[in-house]
Amino acid sequence: MTNKLIDEIRDALDSRLVTSDELFDESVSKAYKYQDKFNCFVTILDKKKEKKGNTVLQGIPYALKDNISTKGILTTASSNILKDYIPLYDATVYKKLMEAGAVLMGKTVLDELAMGGTGTTGHTGVVRNPWNEKRMIGGSSAGSAAAVALGIVPFALGSDTGDSIRKPAAYGGVVGYKPTYGRISRYGLFAFASSLDHMGLFARSVKDVSYVMDIIKGHDDRDMTSLPDEDISYVDNLDNDVKGKKLFYIKEAVEIDNDSEELKLILDNFYKAIDECKSLGMEVVEVSFRKDLLEAIYPSYMCISCAEATSNNSNLTGIPFGYRVEGNNVNEIMMKTRTEGFSELIKRRFVLGSYVLQKENQEKLFLNACRIRRLIVDNMNELFKEYDALIMPSAGDIAPLFGNVSDKLSDEYLILGNHLAIGNFGGFPSISIPSGFVNDMPVSVNITGRAKEDYLVLNMASKLEEALGFKGQVKVDE
Amino acid sequence: MNKYIPVIGLEVHCELKSNSKNFSTAKNDEGEANTNLSVVDIGYPGILPVVNKEAVRKSLMVALALNCEIPKRLSFDRKNYYYPDLPKGYQITQFGNPIGTKGYVMINVDGVEKKITIQDTHLEEDTANMDHLSNYSLIDYNRAGVPLLETVTDPCINSSKEAIAYLEALRNIFLYLGVSDARADLGQIRVDVNVSLKREKDSELGTRVEMKNINSFTTVKEAIDVEIKRQTDILEAGGVIEQETRRYDEVNKCTHFMRGKVDAIDYKYYREPNIPEITLTDNFINSIKKVMPVLEYERKIKYTNEYGISTVDAGTLTKNKKLSDYFEDIISYGASPKDTSNIIVGFLLGYLNKNNKNISDIDITASDFSDIIKMMTDGKISNKQVKDIFTKSLDENINLLEVAKSIGTQISDKEEIRRIINEVFKENTKVIEDYKNGKNVNGFIMGLVMKKTGGKVNPGITNMVLKEELEKL
Repeated sequence: MTNKLIDEIRDALDSRLVTSDELFDESVSKAYKYQDKFNCFVTILDKKKEKKGNTVLQGIPYALKDNISTKGILTTASSNILKDYIPLYDATVYKKLMEAGAVLMGKTVLDELAMGGTGTTGHTGVVRNPWNEKRMIGGSSAGSAAAVALGIVPFALGSDTGDSIRKPAAYGGVVGYKPTYGRISRYGLFAFASSLDHMGLFARSVKDVSYVMDIIKGHDDRDMTSLPDEDISYVDNLDNDVKGKKLFYIKEAVEIDNDSEELKLILDNFYKAIDECKSLGMEVVEVSFRKDLLEAIYPSYMCISCAEATSNNSNLTGIPFGYRVEGNNVNEIMMKTRTEGFSELIKRRFVLGSYVLQKENQEKLFLNACRIRRLIVDNMNELFKEYDALIMPSAGDIAPLFGNVSDKLSDEYLILGNHLAIGNFGGFPSISIPSGFVNDMPVSVNITGRAKEDYLVLNMASKLEEALGFKGQVKVDE
Repeated sequence: MNKYIPVIGLEVHCELKSNSKNFSTAKNDEGEANTNLSVVDIGYPGILPVVNKEAVRKSLMVALALNCEIPKRLSFDRKNYYYPDLPKGYQITQFGNPIGTKGYVMINVDGVEKKITIQDTHLEEDTANMDHLSNYSLIDYNRAGVPLLETVTDPCINSSKEAIAYLEALRNIFLYLGVSDARADLGQIRVDVNVSLKREKDSELGTRVEMKNINSFTTVKEAIDVEIKRQTDILEAGGVIEQETRRYDEVNKCTHFMRGKVDAIDYKYYREPNIPEITLTDNFINSIKKVMPVLEYERKIKYTNEYGISTVDAGTLTKNKKLSDYFEDIISYGASPKDTSNIIVGFLLGYLNKNNKNISDIDITASDFSDIIKMMTDGKISNKQVKDIFTKSLDENINLLEVAKSIGTQISDKEEIRRIINEVFKENTKVIEDYKNGKNVNGFIMGLVMKKTGGKVNPGITNMVLKEELEKL
């Protein structure tokens, strides 16, 4: 049952074909069953009595990425430095879901501190792709993506700083949504790069995403960057006619001088999706975008995110809370704690972040990266005056094999592999939905729309999802 | 020998009063160690800051009082460094766009007015309080996140005397505005001092030396004087001043090297991403201006120019806002400002001082106070009687007007006095004879009249009537 859509689960609950306890047990037993092979979870929970929320989510189990603060429940951010950390407070999203009657069943594995895109750097081990365990699921919200793809839960929350929801969703053949910046409160989300961080979620249909969004969105007095409440239901606007909506894709991103058969198939799949859009009455146009800016996405993303990450993670010193390595004085305690608590990859990012923020480098590196971000966003907003959304392949590849990924920049897939960060630069609502298979692995298209127009992005995605025919897709084992 | 001019700049940190902290909902209060704190103050993962509007309002008051330019939009920055008293690993402060810039404060040193220019005043959060013991340290997070306003002068102060005058003027601004209790002994005001020397003819400033976290004005004065002497000695011996941070040693009255220029920390300032820019509307600024009290400097000018009170007395009255408010309250009931000032400065403050009391201990209403002053001005009671009335009222805690009634009012009616004088004449025939024999008896008779009336007669009128009556004899 947990591998079904929310409407079906709701019906089953309401007509007493299943109880929330049974759903929970099913979810947890699946979680245990797949844990050795796929490693979705840091913590699998016991059932607690759920609140009466009288919402569509009443009694339905779900999972949270393990960088979302849950009072009294271990929250590790998949890092050794927080391996025993039990928060004293609840994240706003968790509170809202609790109030709605949804039942938390587990905390999912991520790339350490949400930094990384492979799902391989969590302190409890590698997360594997449900469609092929020799392949990655991608990250950083690796466990949440895999848990939804495996049918353990109908939805799971994640966070997205560069593409950390939408990329693993694409590799895992599920829907991944990152709303407008400020639409969901970040209070309680362990900060990676605050100006780029978004809460978001995975589900198996755009409608399910919308059900959850309608509950967790909204203004939060604890998050000054959260948007004012809007008087609109996303679920109620999914069936609006999309005829006449105008989409564009970026010419420079799909124009690749490369004879990879896989990439050709991915692009073929993308063009098929475009045909579906057209048959829905939408207009799709190829648009040229400054190539130098597109190529600067990854480096400027790294500059900004590492800089903010260095500062955001300066609280992890072992002094007021968390893992501590003893030393002869406070400086030694902080130094040893951080040296032992973080993996090499994380320390590398911190060094990078500190470097670009240093007085003598800040202007040239950090502030120039911020300027590039601004230029890209300005260009996007200019295009959004004419077009309703950007449509692109979610990724330039299928889920990579383990061992095939390095942290180095790659010239080949540069633009197609990194364009999703545009959504974080501008805080644009952005969704990845399954669009078929290439070499037996799921592929996906992404729709990114105007800031604050979440309902429209979900509306268009829902229509396209229907046309593509992968709604409710789940990896059925054996 | 070269003459060196000291050039001093001051950075004053002042803790603001507020219900909650600058960026969290925890109480802004000392309390038992580690009781007033929230997850935000300790920097737990996932927390976010929310700006305290009251702290912004109070900071704007100070910025306006310092005649600063106010930005259209408010923004905050992060100052990054590692220390256990800074739980987040960064302090939220204002680096590029402070809440007030380019202001000034007027000071008066030995009768000479001087404008001290303010570089900026900016709102930030305080750190936790640390106690370093022999082999361990204690951290109290109650102070972490308390709103802290840092006011930075230009290097335009030229003596320790000026520095103290500025600090006192600034503290009075805080007190007049009611934004802080500004008690240095409780660490509510902490001062960083930087000192350099330049030759009289040089336009370039010398190399500056900084001394951090001094928490009494007396110590600031000492530290400046000691540091001026140290630098002068070095320069006169042909040495060079190094840019460094030194610590003032109160016990040995000297400064010690802490860290040099090469060890300076790069704070890697950058914009706080969790606080969007806040627009400061004209409406908001005007609503603050409306409720701002008239400050010490302006009151002093008013007292001397409008009320004809001496500069010294005006200074005394305005030094303490409570006293100045009390004074203004009294004259609002119609009492003569100058007579009121004379009684307050000439008598009341002395009385309080002698009895180890302060102005808040007085519970005489301004209206009663005014009534007594009015009687004095109208000649109904003498200056001496006023003092007696106040003394009795304060000593015995009796209502001022009741005391006045019991002591009785002054006799200034000419005919009444004439009657009393004639009675005295009748009772003392010997004196009349002495007078007729050419003896000066005026003083003696005045004494008899005073004795007879318990000192209630108006001495001037009595003297005049006495002369008339003696001539009649």
